Amino acid sequence: MSPAFGGSPAPVSPDPLAVQLILLAKGDDVVVAARDLPAGPHRTSAGEITVVREPVRLGHKVAVHDIAKGGHVVRAGMSIGSATTAILAGDWVHTHNLASDYIATFAHRGGER
Amino acid sequence: MTARSEVVRGYPRSDGRVGIRDVVVVVYLVECARLVADSIAVGREDVHVIGFGGCYPSAYAQRMLEQLCTHPNVGAVALVSLGCEGFDRDHLAEVVTASGRPVTTLVIQQVGGTRATVAAGRTWIDGVRGRTPRTAPLRLTDLVIGTICGGSDGTSGITANPVVGRVFDNFVAAGGTAVFEETGELIGCEQHMAARAVTPDLGAEIVTRVEKAASYYTAMGHGSFAPGNAEGGLTTLEEKSLGAYTKSGSGPIHGIVTPGQLIPSPGLYLLDVVPEGSPRWGFPNINDNAEIAELIACGAHVVLFTTGRGSVVGSAISPVVKICANPETYRRMSEDMDVDAGRILEGRDSIEGVAAEVLDLLSEVAGGALTASEGLGHQEFVLTYKSSEPTGPSCLPTIR
Repeated sequence: MSPAFGGSPAPVSPDPLAVQLILLAKGDDVVVAARDLPAGPHRTSAGEITVVREPVRLGHKVAVHDIAKGGHVVRAGMSIGSATTAILAGDWVHTHNLASDYIATFAHRGGER
Repeated sequence: MTARSEVVRGYPRSDGRVGIRDVVVVVYLVECARLVADSIAVGREDVHVIGFGGCYPSAYAQRMLEQLCTHPNVGAVALVSLGCEGFDRDHLAEVVTASGRPVTTLVIQQVGGTRATVAAGRTWIDGVRGRTPRTAPLRLTDLVIGTICGGSDGTSGITANPVVGRVFDNFVAAGGTAVFEETGELIGCEQHMAARAVTPDLGAEIVTRVEKAASYYTAMGHGSFAPGNAEGGLTTLEEKSLGAYTKSGSGPIHGIVTPGQLIPSPGLYLLDVVPEGSPRWGFPNINDNAEIAELIACGAHVVLFTTGRGSVVGSAISPVVKICANPETYRRMSEDMDVDAGRILEGRDSIEGVAAEVLDLLSEVAGGALTASEGLGHQEFVLTYKSSEPTGPSCLPTIR
């Protein structure tokens, strides 16, 4: 990854050791996919391995640890809403398990098409 | 920024502001005059069509068009009226005349219909365009730079938006003027933002105005969140906000303005686009271009537009610089983009590196280089009904 994320440059081709998941701030509950990823182990920009439980698309989020139902989900140091179900480490985090604390989200078919 | 303080050629106006374009605007004052306005402008890249479709009067539309017709990037104005609409065309013409710009008012019902009015308008523009505009030096820090995000996705808040934040930090520190927007897309960030206000009163105003936005959008039953945002990985409004917020950088916030209110002095400003009071006339802005028009009406010479999903729009009057957050979108739509910020995601550059490229590009665009959307002919413009009041002393800096 770029120096902005505290890592070393990564090749574009899939590489099991390359950083594929970006941790935006220390203590965050989620990381962001830097490209479309298959299920399986992937390295985060914090140098840890997260086992992603299902394929995730570029820009989507994955939990780095378990999050209790009702708990705030923190990205980049700020809450982005509350978990509507229990979320497990490696789960894709999106409209099926996370909701706004302000205004409900409008999406076609749950936000994937 | 010192390297960017070089001087480019600009177009001086009588109010002291200097433009980076010399556009003629053709202004339809009701939808019924739209085709005539379009026909007057057709085939001339430096003649842009703006206007207001409604037949009922609107103080907001009046203020917006007065500011847009006297914007530093505008050199001459042709008003096109059907004749019976509610818009106060005489007052608009007086404001433009007082600004020292050539103006004509073409009333279709008086000139004698479509063909005659189109011909009269085209002849008038030929005459105006026959004169050579005055030019004067312009420093980059004399510019007002606006920013907006559109078609955001999960990459926007990681790449393109922090790049704009870095550009704003550098630009404002060097004495420039910058404006960011959409209180409705800052919901959840209000306390962080208030902590950056230069006075406690301003901090309190920021919180109040974001709360107003949350209650307004709640009444609308819909936040400022499109299905494409969710497809791109954004789940909630506050997640979109947090990404959008990074466009404002990290420096002090000097004031709040509303649409059509000129920014009074250099610094970083928040544009509050949400009307006061209970909702009337629908969503605060129906799309990105309605918001871009408001940034320009506050004086923005150029607008930095970040996109993840891939917006193609430009604008009438001021150039729009497209900064693409998502590397896959960039590869698919590079012709529509000015800057590839997605390369940060692939480890090919840093936020600092891309911000430096944007500052270089701003200098070129100020000097006349066309942006991608300008080159492709994008001149979108949207203005609808709204209520809006200028902000007062608690929102504005004392003269610095």
